[in-house]
Amino acid sequence: MRDRPRSPAFHALAAFFALFVAFLYGPTLTILVLSFQGPQGGLTFPMNGVSTHWFGKLWAGVGIVDIWGALWRSLRLGLVVMGLTVGIAFFAGLAFRKRFAGEGALFTVAVASLIVPSIVVSLGIGLEFRLLDDAVNGLAAATGWGWMQDHGTLMGLYTSALGAHLTWTLPFGLLIMFAVFNRFDPAYEEAGRDLGATGPQILRHVVVPILGPSLVGVALFGFTLSFDELARTSQAIGGRNTLPLELQGLTTTVTTPEIYALGTLTTAMSLAVIATALAASLFLQRRKMKRGLRPG
Amino acid sequence: MTDAALPALADDPAAPAAASLAAKTRRRRALAYVQAAPMALVFAAFFLVPLLLTLVVSFWEYNEYEIIPSFTAQNYLDVFDGCLNVADPCTTVRTYLSTLKFCALTWAITLPVGFTVAYFVAFHVRSATVQMALFLVCTIPFWTSNVIRMISWIPLLGRNGLVNGSLIGLGLIDRPIEGLLYSDFSVVLAFVHLDTVFMIVPIFNSMARIDRSLIEAAHDAGASGWQILWHVVVPLTKPGIAIGSIFVITLVMGDFVTVGVMGGQQIASVGKVIQVQMSALQLPAAAANAVVLLGAVMLMIVAMTRLIDLRKEL
Repeated sequence: MRDRPRSPAFHALAAFFALFVAFLYGPTLTILVLSFQGPQGGLTFPMNGVSTHWFGKLWAGVGIVDIWGALWRSLRLGLVVMGLTVGIAFFAGLAFRKRFAGEGALFTVAVASLIVPSIVVSLGIGLEFRLLDDAVNGLAAATGWGWMQDHGTLMGLYTSALGAHLTWTLPFGLLIMFAVFNRFDPAYEEAGRDLGATGPQILRHVVVPILGPSLVGVALFGFTLSFDELARTSQAIGGRNTLPLELQGLTTTVTTPEIYALGTLTTAMSLAVIATALAASLFLQRRKMKRGLRPG
Repeated sequence: MTDAALPALADDPAAPAAASLAAKTRRRRALAYVQAAPMALVFAAFFLVPLLLTLVVSFWEYNEYEIIPSFTAQNYLDVFDGCLNVADPCTTVRTYLSTLKFCALTWAITLPVGFTVAYFVAFHVRSATVQMALFLVCTIPFWTSNVIRMISWIPLLGRNGLVNGSLIGLGLIDRPIEGLLYSDFSVVLAFVHLDTVFMIVPIFNSMARIDRSLIEAAHDAGASGWQILWHVVVPLTKPGIAIGSIFVITLVMGDFVTVGVMGGQQIASVGKVIQVQMSALQLPAAAANAVVLLGAVMLMIVAMTRLIDLRKEL
């Protein structure tokens, strides 16, 4: 098949693919260009001069919304979600290679967590924390313990929102780990064991180096999915919003290219993260080849 | 994949006796529980318990200030209030019909588009490196902000946007078409823009596993390109198609962000009803709606999951 000449269908399909890529990236490129709109320019073409005016306005802050605070919160949460997703998914992947009671149930729950509509998960977590708050308040009133009074709410960035994000990133992490371990040759571990390595040593010196590039992939999913998450966070966060939530609010209130400047900025950040992850993955892959290991 | 480690253990020449082997197996099993525990705990605390509480609270009563533990079907009666009237459907039926319409349109577009893109990359691109690069080109936007990708349609579809401008410039229309933006059209467009990747990835995954010698055999047996596509590739790609369809359908069914932003906050969707009730603190009503939505989505995907074993596809 490979040595046959290109079929006529190839060119039609290639054209279709090119159109699809234009459809995928075109709109984002438009707002990238428009974010450099002149000070008098509006939300649509034509460009009214070229300036960084709107980035300047963005730097000064978007009205009453604390956009930089939201960005900072989203970044921190993204990093925490990334670390937890890699760790939890990696060890769960290891567990699924052995037999354990309830493995089928855990897998089903992970897949269900992926496909149950986000608004339902979000509502559930919101309810859970409201009921928890009520319970704590009730307990505080009943016992009169000082440290429990006026605790506010348990809902927050590192409690309910973190949990909501994990229900979204962990299934992806687990599915990637499945695919990765399916292609992993246990002979390497056996070799390590025969040479007298302990379990943790095998993990640290054999499994992790071989799976390194894939773990970077899991990290990429963990961070970017959390950084852009909106639907599951919506009902499961206290008063202080993450960046996507603020962005959604801004779509109805901001009518200047400032919002494009914000779009350009966040997209650039996402692309930087993706590029870093790909570069790290390639680097690990290369190093692995150099050290004479087969790509796993 | 769970039994992958067992043969290795059984062949282990270093295992001196059956007793030590049994002890080893026990240790491995105990270790598996410890390794799986964090994931199980996260899903229990942030997925199973919340779903259970949603079900419980959907039977509670509420007033303007608080929710009251109780057991009443009133919230469900409210959801379906007046729904038996066929001539003038109730809000719930109309909302579901609207959401189902978005679902059907998005599915009908993302499936052929996603299939064609995956087919091109999997079967017509010859170098594995180029394949990987093109596959990445398709998935990179998935890792960037959805809201920004929705907003980015404004300069194109707006009243004075590029599309209207070009059409007027070409003399095809004399006044701008209203309703390119903030309409059913823009909602479906955004769904296709955001969700086609969920079709491409599983379909590409299925196609990548197809043994190329099958295509060769079909070709040698005299099958035309179309016949190969229809009788060999499509049947072998069915699991990918099913997984992609499940993704797209559940994403659209539960959506409130895309419909909100692209519909100018004017179009109803099931997810939006829940969100509004939640912010009005009508929690039991929102919970009842969520349970109904979940039931509807489950019904839609049960048929599809029956057809495939997801774990075999990884």
